[in-house]
Amino acid sequence: MSPTDHERSANDGAANGGAANGSDAAGADPLAPGQTPDDSVLLEARGIRKSFGDNEVLRSIDLEVRRGEVVVLIGPSGSGKTTVLRSLNGLETPDGGTVSIAGGPSLDFSTPISKAERFALRDRSAMVFQQHNLFPHMTVLQNVIEGPVRVQKVPKARAEAEASALLDRVGLAEKHDAYPFELSGGQQQRVGIVRALALKPQLLLFDEPTSALDPELVGEVLQVIKELADEGWTMVVVTHELGFARQAADEVLFMDGGVVVERGAPGQLFTAPREERTRRFLQRILRPLD
Amino acid sequence: MTDWQLVLDSFWPLLWGGLSGTIPLALASFALGLLLALGVALMRISRNRVVSGIARFYISVIRGTPLLVQLFVIFYGMPSIGITIDPWPSAIIAFSLNVGGYAAEVIRAAILSVPKGQWEAGYTIGMSPGTTLTRLILPQAARVSVPPLSNTFISLVKDTSLASLILVTEMFRVAQEIAAFSREFLLVYIEAALIYWLFCLVLSSGQNLIEKRLDRYVAH
Repeated sequence: MSPTDHERSANDGAANGGAANGSDAAGADPLAPGQTPDDSVLLEARGIRKSFGDNEVLRSIDLEVRRGEVVVLIGPSGSGKTTVLRSLNGLETPDGGTVSIAGGPSLDFSTPISKAERFALRDRSAMVFQQHNLFPHMTVLQNVIEGPVRVQKVPKARAEAEASALLDRVGLAEKHDAYPFELSGGQQQRVGIVRALALKPQLLLFDEPTSALDPELVGEVLQVIKELADEGWTMVVVTHELGFARQAADEVLFMDGGVVVERGAPGQLFTAPREERTRRFLQRILRPLD
Repeated sequence: MTDWQLVLDSFWPLLWGGLSGTIPLALASFALGLLLALGVALMRISRNRVVSGIARFYISVIRGTPLLVQLFVIFYGMPSIGITIDPWPSAIIAFSLNVGGYAAEVIRAAILSVPKGQWEAGYTIGMSPGTTLTRLILPQAARVSVPPLSNTFISLVKDTSLASLILVTEMFRVAQEIAAFSREFLLVYIEAALIYWLFCLVLSSGQNLIEKRLDRYVAH
């Protein structure tokens, strides 16, 4: 790791030490985030607003995620879930509101943010896309090490060793040299997850990670995400898989029309929703024929 | 001298004219033209209206005027404003500018054919737009653009014959000289045509090799 990376991870705060420093993690579980579990707030977003033209997609969204917590966003399509996620990763620029990740600077989107601020935001989180977005011209291993080697300047040999360990852990030991087109949808998405993990982010963002998969492939991907959750990774997951939300989430947010309609522990939200809109949404998904 | 003897005697001079004139001229112009085209394509994609407007204008002028006229403007026209350029550089400039205009549209389309998710994936792993372009987008765009760019290159090889009109000694100029001397116009020009064809056959098989190589990462 280059000196700048050391500085960067040092700035991220002591809690990040294990995750950002690969040599410490040698021999440890490659999936483990290496963060000392504590309750400190990792992500704080306040009053996020976003419009596309006249279409107001987000109307003041608040989101707070503590270290090690799994927050799941559910809601009908067009409710703004994905836009929230993309805003956290700097793929969309909100029109207003503040975002702070891992003690980084609190970005205020009511004024234009600089390139450096956008990179700082991305540096702390990693995204898994619905359509995996693997690089088709690179092998599985090359996909995974591209970020660490090109961006974080990790020596190639070390990046490859770490990538191998991660791939082995998600059951892709035989696929290092395969091209993405040679993999099943579930395998592709697992590579997508490993590509995100290899960046050693503080926060994992999943944007409908199983929506593009054949039903029989959904389980293997959710299983990997659940394992990551159990091992202490902090994550925000947008999904339609309510069963997964129920089993893995610490908190579930139901969004509709650009606002968070209701939030709560999965046990409460799924069994005794307070809001009529939540009730109707759950009804539509769980009992579509009623 | 019999006809066949003439064909034999003129074969090596013609081939040499191709190898020492046509091919280097085409290669140099194509290389420079591609660089130019990449720049113009990126300008054309730019959200800055002035920048993309300049690219649009350039492409419009190049595609809207005959290559022969472009050659003549540079070689015969420029001296009027005090800029005299030798035949070879004149030809390379004109052909590069021409390739730049045509290939720019090919490259632009190829870049735009790469899914937007690839840009986003680059950004989320922390890449700058420039790194994303060179590491992720252009390698994928290259695969799409090989067939149309091969077309451009093959056209260029044949278009270099126009350089004979600004005194560049390439294959067709040699053919004209032999024909004028022997008065066997039909035979010599057909022989030259066959050698152009031979060159293009070689290029086509080169194109196949490149396509095969770049196709290794797509499902068949």
